[in-house]
Amino acid sequence: MLIKKSADILPSEITPRRVYEGRREFVRQLGRVALLAGAPALPLAARAQSAAKIPGLKKSAFSTTEKQTPYKDVTTYNNYYEFGTDKADPARTAGTLKTRPWTVSVEGAVAKPKTYGVDDLMKLSALEERVYRHRCVEGWSMVIPWVGFALSDLIKEVQPTGSAKFVEFITLADPVQMPGVRQQSLHWPYVEGLRMDEAMNPLTLLTFGLYGEALPNQSGAPVRVVVPWKYGFKSGKSLVRIRFTDQMPKTAWNLANASEYGFYSNVNPTVDHPRWSQATERRIGEDGIFSRKRATLMFNGYGEQVAQMYAGMDLRRNF
Amino acid sequence: MLLPARLSPKQNTILKVALFILSLGPVSVLTYYAVTENLGANPVEYLTRATGTWTLVFLCITLGITPVRRLTGWNWLSLTRRMFGLFAFFYVCLHFTTYLWFDQYFDAQSIIKDVIKRPFITVGFAAFLLLIPLAVTSNNYLTRKLGVKRWQNLHRTTYLICILGVIHYWWLVKRDLTQPIIYGSVVLVFLAARLLLLRKQKPKTRPRPVATTARETA
Repeated sequence: MLIKKSADILPSEITPRRVYEGRREFVRQLGRVALLAGAPALPLAARAQSAAKIPGLKKSAFSTTEKQTPYKDVTTYNNYYEFGTDKADPARTAGTLKTRPWTVSVEGAVAKPKTYGVDDLMKLSALEERVYRHRCVEGWSMVIPWVGFALSDLIKEVQPTGSAKFVEFITLADPVQMPGVRQQSLHWPYVEGLRMDEAMNPLTLLTFGLYGEALPNQSGAPVRVVVPWKYGFKSGKSLVRIRFTDQMPKTAWNLANASEYGFYSNVNPTVDHPRWSQATERRIGEDGIFSRKRATLMFNGYGEQVAQMYAGMDLRRNF
Repeated sequence: MLLPARLSPKQNTILKVALFILSLGPVSVLTYYAVTENLGANPVEYLTRATGTWTLVFLCITLGITPVRRLTGWNWLSLTRRMFGLFAFFYVCLHFTTYLWFDQYFDAQSIIKDVIKRPFITVGFAAFLLLIPLAVTSNNYLTRKLGVKRWQNLHRTTYLICILGVIHYWWLVKRDLTQPIIYGSVVLVFLAARLLLLRKQKPKTRPRPVATTARETA
């Protein structure tokens, strides 16, 4: 059989280099769609790694009694762009992160700056278990039993000076250990920040574990912050520096898209993301295919503890 | 590359049945995952994405048939185009149902608000609506009734639909644009190939035999 000669192919008909070079990614994507759902079974190993229970945890009055999201969902459905932009990526790729030795430098406008080894930092105050609601800006939520102590305990220790107006949380950005850092998906290192009063709020948790165990890597090991009345991305993971400053920090998602992600990013059902509604949310592990989404609560249900910090502020403008 | 330009009727049937079964693969896998509770932490999001992605894949395949046929001389490929087009419609129906039912739970107010307020949903919804007349007029009866020219013109909407589909994906992505860029490039390449083919074939097409079905010339 005669096949047309390639001379008929115009240069413009040839697959462009970008598409050609993206062919593996294209095939991978096809495979991902078809097969990815099998992936949640994989990271069981993640649990074995951190199986040691942290002893002597205090119970916290701030805990919710809502049904907790299964450990498997909490640790396989993560937004942690340093390990890839797909929510299944971190559980698969975060195994390369070395969490010991690990130091956290507490610096900037403080009387007593100090670099803490993470194991010493953990001993700074009594660890407690706090079951918090966690609301992602994407419209899903979880209930997670975190382990940690109030960030204010650390702040009191380092004694901020009068010029400390904000706290900046800086995440490790190591392209060797973190495959996502090799891509330009966000501006690295990932920076998050809080106003001083927000950082001092008793709800703000310096977090070392979940489900009574050390944090798995994909959840921000070995130490992260958890700010339960704000969208999840405000809670910086795998912290290496905590810096006190008089300037409002230039935060990662705000740098990426200022019109969509403000500095405050308080959970607020009445202020929609420009591209989707924030009025409702889907509770992971609980709301199945056939359940309705549930209403999102103002300040994620923590208004009693935090609303007074924003009294008189226009939350539509300061989103 | 050593494939014949034409297939025997028997080979044609085998090809169509095989491609039909293959095209049902994604929905079978998704059903299996749904039944075995393997759709991951956020099943609704997973279903939405999977059905949306497969819609784009089938749309891209549909667009690719004619350029590939012209480059390779595999004329039998044109017999598969309608099926792939209808599978694109099938997957977009699943995509739309997932949104309507599982995501919005038939909340008319919220859906109307979404379609009006969210540009990415507006665009996706428009693409879905535009696909309906194409699916409806894909059968032999209406193809003949419309006539070659009108049928062709109507079905060239496919290009617009594909572009809207890519925009729909582009606007919903939070940050990582890799996937929309891939689909966008594929659509643009096929569109460019198509425009070039049209230009090349123009002088020859005047005295066209009436008997040819619209599907094969479109």
